[in-house]
Amino acid sequence: MSDRIYAATRKGLFTIDRGPAGWKVSRAAFLGSTAGLVLIDRRTGDVFTTLGHGHFGSKLHRSTDRGGTWKEIGAPAYPKKPEGLSDKDGGGNEIDWSLKAIWALAAGGPNEPGALWAGTIPGGLFRSTDSGATWSLVRPLWDNPKRHEWFGGGADQPGIHSVCVDPRDARTVRIGVSCGGVWTTRDGGETWACTADGMRAEYMPPDRALDPNIQDPHILVQCAAKPDAMWVQHHNGIFRTTDGARSWTEITTATPSVFGFAVAVHPKDPETAWFVPARKDEYRYPVDGKIVVSRTRDGGKTFEALRKGLPQEHAYDITFRHALDIDATGSRLAFGSTTGSLWVTEDQGDSWQTVSEHLPPIYAVKFE
Amino acid sequence: MPDGYKVPVMAKVTFTANLRQHVECPPIEAPGRTVRDVLDAAFRENSKLRSYVLDDQGAVRKHMVIFVNGRAIADRATLSDPVAEGAEIYVMQALSGG
Repeated sequence: MSDRIYAATRKGLFTIDRGPAGWKVSRAAFLGSTAGLVLIDRRTGDVFTTLGHGHFGSKLHRSTDRGGTWKEIGAPAYPKKPEGLSDKDGGGNEIDWSLKAIWALAAGGPNEPGALWAGTIPGGLFRSTDSGATWSLVRPLWDNPKRHEWFGGGADQPGIHSVCVDPRDARTVRIGVSCGGVWTTRDGGETWACTADGMRAEYMPPDRALDPNIQDPHILVQCAAKPDAMWVQHHNGIFRTTDGARSWTEITTATPSVFGFAVAVHPKDPETAWFVPARKDEYRYPVDGKIVVSRTRDGGKTFEALRKGLPQEHAYDITFRHALDIDATGSRLAFGSTTGSLWVTEDQGDSWQTVSEHLPPIYAVKFE
Repeated sequence: MPDGYKVPVMAKVTFTANLRQHVECPPIEAPGRTVRDVLDAAFRENSKLRSYVLDDQGAVRKHMVIFVNGRAIADRATLSDPVAEGAEIYVMQALSGG
């Protein structure tokens, strides 16, 4: 079981440790800077975090001593845009070939030491083979003409927020794009296919609602033990696949709502998943001002709303897509909110402890 | 001196103090006849600094602003604004960035 959580926030990166007196913030790094993501590279124990300096761009830092010290490493950079090239997104907006944000980080397979993936806004996927010292744009995806149908969701320009490396074969990688559905490569990035059949978009005209390439998965997660089982919290619902993203099924039974940003799947049980729901789209606050986590144990047939230990009165915390995590054993989960609250469960969500209600807005939560 | 040869001029480049918490950026004297030339020379001495000031296409970051002798440069994309001997270049944050 993991006794350490990292929380990436608007004002820095916080380490939370479980000691004799419970979960406490033990360290703050990069105070004043926006930390957006955390990656723990299980192959080495290295910790990575992204810093989004509003004026100065997005940067990447690595710690080789569990967050004690940090060093800036390379950040993905887009190649020179050819003179006179028009590169428009699906909304007709010209895409600037310049890193806006690093929106996903993932480690390559155990047989690929040093390999990392980074998903970015405005829609480029990058790969490093030297632990993040240098990065290169995955051209076959960037040059795929279907990329021009993508458009921004949650940001001005399209972005890749999820990268799932298949534990059976690291050449198989599935990514989530807002708004561009789910894409899969089976050859390490050389060829790609959009794999979001079965998803449905309420925000599109009816004749394009089922177009896989304009879907807005808010986050894509994969069951470690059964990698063909994946869950998506989508802009207008919950979707599940059991065939490695070849087809998706909408889950409509979640209570108290199907809207949200985050999902976590049990690492060993593909039928068990957790969501942090909110009143839908145009409102985006917890239903009735009560924070709940909804859990299914039967693949989405039924859900329970878990609320023990969570605020049930005038609470307006929203949990963003990277701010819910589960540890490797599947018993501990943690989630953070836009209003700086952080909660932990040690019994799969039956009861929750408040770690803090006063952190800066939380963008990402990650168990060591 | 051959035709077309231009004697390089030196300019002084000063970076906003707010950058110092992220990357080393002491003031530097650098040669060049345009802002691009001067900054390229400055970044040769301090390569990490480049990505904090310029975007991936080499343009001035959206919420940064560069002054030459007190005037904001006109060409934010290719930085072709001329620089005279002894010019003072300031790389600052734009308040549009909050």
